[in-house]
Amino acid sequence: MKRRRNSGSVNSYLLRRPIQHWSPVFLLPMVAAFCIGFVWPFLQGLFLSFTKFKTTSKWSWVGIENYLKAFQDQSFRYSFGYTALYAFISLVLINVLAFMVAYALTQKIKGSNLFRTVFFMPNLIGGIVLGYIWSMIFDGLLSAYSTSILTNTTWGFWGLIILMCWQQIGYMMIIYIAGLQAVPEDMLEAAKIDGANRWQTLIKVTIPNIMPSITICMFLTLTNGFKLFDQNLALTGGLPYIINPDGTTVHTTEMLALNIYNTFYGQNVNSRGVAQAKAVLFFILVATIGLLQLRSTRKKEVQQ
Amino acid sequence: MKKTLAILLALVMVVTLFAGCNNNNPAPETKTGSVFWLNFKPESDEALKKLAAMYTEETGVPVEILTAASGTYNETLTAEMDKSNPPTLFVVGNQAAVSTWGEYCYDLTGTDIANELNTDAYMLYDENGKLCSIGYCYECYGIIVNTKLLQEAGYAADYITNFATLKEVAEDVHARANELGFDAFTSSGMDGSSSWRFTGHLINLEYYYESVDNPEAWKSCPAELTGAYMDNYRALYDLMVVNSATDRTALANGGFDAGAEFADGKALFYVNGSWEASGLADKGMNADDLAMIPYYCGVEGEEKAGLNCGTENYWAVNAEASEENIKATLDFMKWVVTDPEASRIAVDTFGVMPYKSAAESTNAFLADANDYLANGCYNMWWATNYQPNVDAYRAAVVSALNTYNADPTDANWATVVTAFIDGWSVQYKAANG
Amino acid sequence: MKHRSLQKKNAGKNLLTVFFGVISILYVFPVFMVLLNSFKKNTFVKTETFSWPTAESFAGLDNFIKGLTFGNYPFLKSALFSLVITLLSTALILLFTSMAAWYIARVDSLFCRIVYFACVFSMVVPFQMVMFTLSKTADTLKLNTPWTIPIIYLGFGAGLAVFMFTGFVKSIPLDIEEAAAIDGCGPLRTYFSVVLPMLRPTMISVAILEIMWVWNDYLLPYLVLDRTQYMTIPIHVQYLKGSYGVVDLGATMALILLSIIPVIVFYLTCQKHIIKGVAAGAVKG
Repeated sequence: MKRRRNSGSVNSYLLRRPIQHWSPVFLLPMVAAFCIGFVWPFLQGLFLSFTKFKTTSKWSWVGIENYLKAFQDQSFRYSFGYTALYAFISLVLINVLAFMVAYALTQKIKGSNLFRTVFFMPNLIGGIVLGYIWSMIFDGLLSAYSTSILTNTTWGFWGLIILMCWQQIGYMMIIYIAGLQAVPEDMLEAAKIDGANRWQTLIKVTIPNIMPSITICMFLTLTNGFKLFDQNLALTGGLPYIINPDGTTVHTTEMLALNIYNTFYGQNVNSRGVAQAKAVLFFILVATIGLLQLRSTRKKEVQQ
Repeated sequence: MKKTLAILLALVMVVTLFAGCNNNNPAPETKTGSVFWLNFKPESDEALKKLAAMYTEETGVPVEILTAASGTYNETLTAEMDKSNPPTLFVVGNQAAVSTWGEYCYDLTGTDIANELNTDAYMLYDENGKLCSIGYCYECYGIIVNTKLLQEAGYAADYITNFATLKEVAEDVHARANELGFDAFTSSGMDGSSSWRFTGHLINLEYYYESVDNPEAWKSCPAELTGAYMDNYRALYDLMVVNSATDRTALANGGFDAGAEFADGKALFYVNGSWEASGLADKGMNADDLAMIPYYCGVEGEEKAGLNCGTENYWAVNAEASEENIKATLDFMKWVVTDPEASRIAVDTFGVMPYKSAAESTNAFLADANDYLANGCYNMWWATNYQPNVDAYRAAVVSALNTYNADPTDANWATVVTAFIDGWSVQYKAANG
Repeated sequence: MKHRSLQKKNAGKNLLTVFFGVISILYVFPVFMVLLNSFKKNTFVKTETFSWPTAESFAGLDNFIKGLTFGNYPFLKSALFSLVITLLSTALILLFTSMAAWYIARVDSLFCRIVYFACVFSMVVPFQMVMFTLSKTADTLKLNTPWTIPIIYLGFGAGLAVFMFTGFVKSIPLDIEEAAAIDGCGPLRTYFSVVLPMLRPTMISVAILEIMWVWNDYLLPYLVLDRTQYMTIPIHVQYLKGSYGVVDLGATMALILLSIIPVIVFYLTCQKHIIKGVAAGAVKG
């Protein structure tokens, strides 16, 4: 047999065959678990979105009816708009602030290690716990003004933004710092010698060099924003509601994930098919945004 | 040789991977059956777990208790029913629940436990006449009064007989709160731990008087309401929110302890029910200082009103459970209401149980309820049990009341009315559509 | 001239230090508030959120004692299950995904590529898409205990780990493994004695990311675990708010404090690894 081997290859004939013999050990456990934990539920979910079902075994085919109902659902459309607005604002705020902090902390200032430690800390606290911590703080603050985060949509929105900035700035800051530290020293030196001021250096040298970090941070904040659930549930849980004159309600601080959850596990078991359809739409949305954004920012990198 | 070894190793790995299921989850003893009770009252969780342990010790039959967090009973039931080990005993507390869960209900007609009932007032049937669920206790609610404080404020214990006198006392006490050292009403927190007192109980006055006007419509869950008594609800709600030490704008977030305020003698009135009796006694209140009065709200002839007696505590047995489990569950239910020791615990937890051989009730509030009835007052039955999609319905009402409390204008009250009245129709359609 | 601008620069830097010092204090403020309020009596948490405990409002250790048994489920049990689930899941993910990643990179067959792309694909799928069917599947297979739920975590969390490990393995030169093979090492030995040690930095990154995810995860265990017997810390905290009767804010704050302390200790002891892990994980993603 011919020995296939070129220097760039990641596999070699020498290794390949023996490893393949051991596939049940190396590959099987992960693939089996992956099928149980992802592939099967995913396919089943996709299928069930075209059916009316109370339990996974009792279903009847209804075609795209669930999707039509999902689009007609005012609360779903509202939560889409709300989530999009939230995701956009948090994307801008978190990234700008995280970058500014990272930039300042890489200027060799005293105590930067300590600051880095402090800013990253909230990341390790879970969403539910965070939600209750901030709900106590907002309650304490707002009661002085005779209002509450649960009665005021604006406060509910900005409360969540504040909470998420507090949690995520540290994480993004770490990524930006890693990017900033990788900017070649000689390029910065060269810019200085050419007489560029600090601002010019930042725009012309630093930012193009940390484009990968920017890509990844924007990607992370945007998908995190769209997928947000725990913090939303714990902080406002969708309150306050708009009560329409016809008696229907719109939960004004309910984001997409929570809306889907409530449709699934709310009392009305007749709407599970619709909930699954909403979940499929949600998946398409999150996946598309992730891929699109990745592509567009990657393009910019190439141009630089 | 290597291949065999590989497969062998893989097998070992997969076995260890799944080993947990066999070691840690002993299959239920199908011979004797087991009981799994999905309880919906968190405050009785501890007592039920005690009963379960007692029963298991006595008979060897395993009894599991799962308690749903407040406001999530239906969500939990929906999830649990879909599992491989669904509850065998659960709560189907009203006609709306019967229409949702009826197909899962075992027909209790003629069972030992049904024969133990001493009244036929607490039986729920589906449209085919199947006995879907039976009440295991009944309760009453109204306005709890600290009669000792009432006398301190200068009023006789039986002074309050209608809304006008209630209002007079409440406003007077509130105005003199500093001097008296207590206020009229306890806080009315609108968080999940307390909002049901207003969205589930207080609102019963509206439903009840509607049902008096149109008894036919209320034979089953009405598709829509008229809202004719919403002004009465508003009058009483405002009275208790305004005449309280807690500012109404702070109510939305909750976190108050109304029970403690009342037990500490900081408030004269406390809107709650008979199930609070043991809790108040534990906090050191003397039963002789406690009385319960009806929801006086300015309806004509309300001098003849009694308390709100009824129940949403109905047992249903899962028809899809195995035969052994159904039998075990029925046996367990019978034991709870007949065994002297067990029924003592159960009655102390639930107030009173409508069963022939259950222990005597010691609940002072239920005694009050009976006194009203003995004096010819009308019982305000629990029309509130018809609330369709109850959790979603009440959540919307809570939100509307929060907005109203933040800014108590007529416009905001109109939203509360919409949530109560039109919200009912919306949820009715969703539940029955 | 140069000297003066240097001075100016230093002054600016000192100003930045002061500025960030203030921000840092604001940053730890919420956690500090939890600490403060966990020593106040219930009713004072609401009315005097931001003040020091006074003789009247100070509750001593009452909140902690009460909190540990609050909600009819011992908090320490929840904490223990959280720990078991986190450790087992992380161990399982590290071992099996790294093995799979090595196999995928070195064998590189069509099937491997399919698995790899499925893994990458799973990274962009939100949990809501599979939550209903996943909880049903997990229940049918009895993966609803703290000892078996790690299999679900391995399945649902495989994507990122496989992606990171595969990327790293591809960057390792083949020579060492080939040398080992020539020396007569079987794949199993090659993997455990040659590849695994080289994977260490990525292992740490993956471990950190998975630990942070699993420990704080709420919805997956809430839907999957058999809640008659098992709770985790996030589920427990969520239950505190939901119980009938009274919400004891003091006790809730005490429990929140207890649940944050191990996290902060973990963070401070492994801080370097955590920060490196996050940076590495993100840049690769």
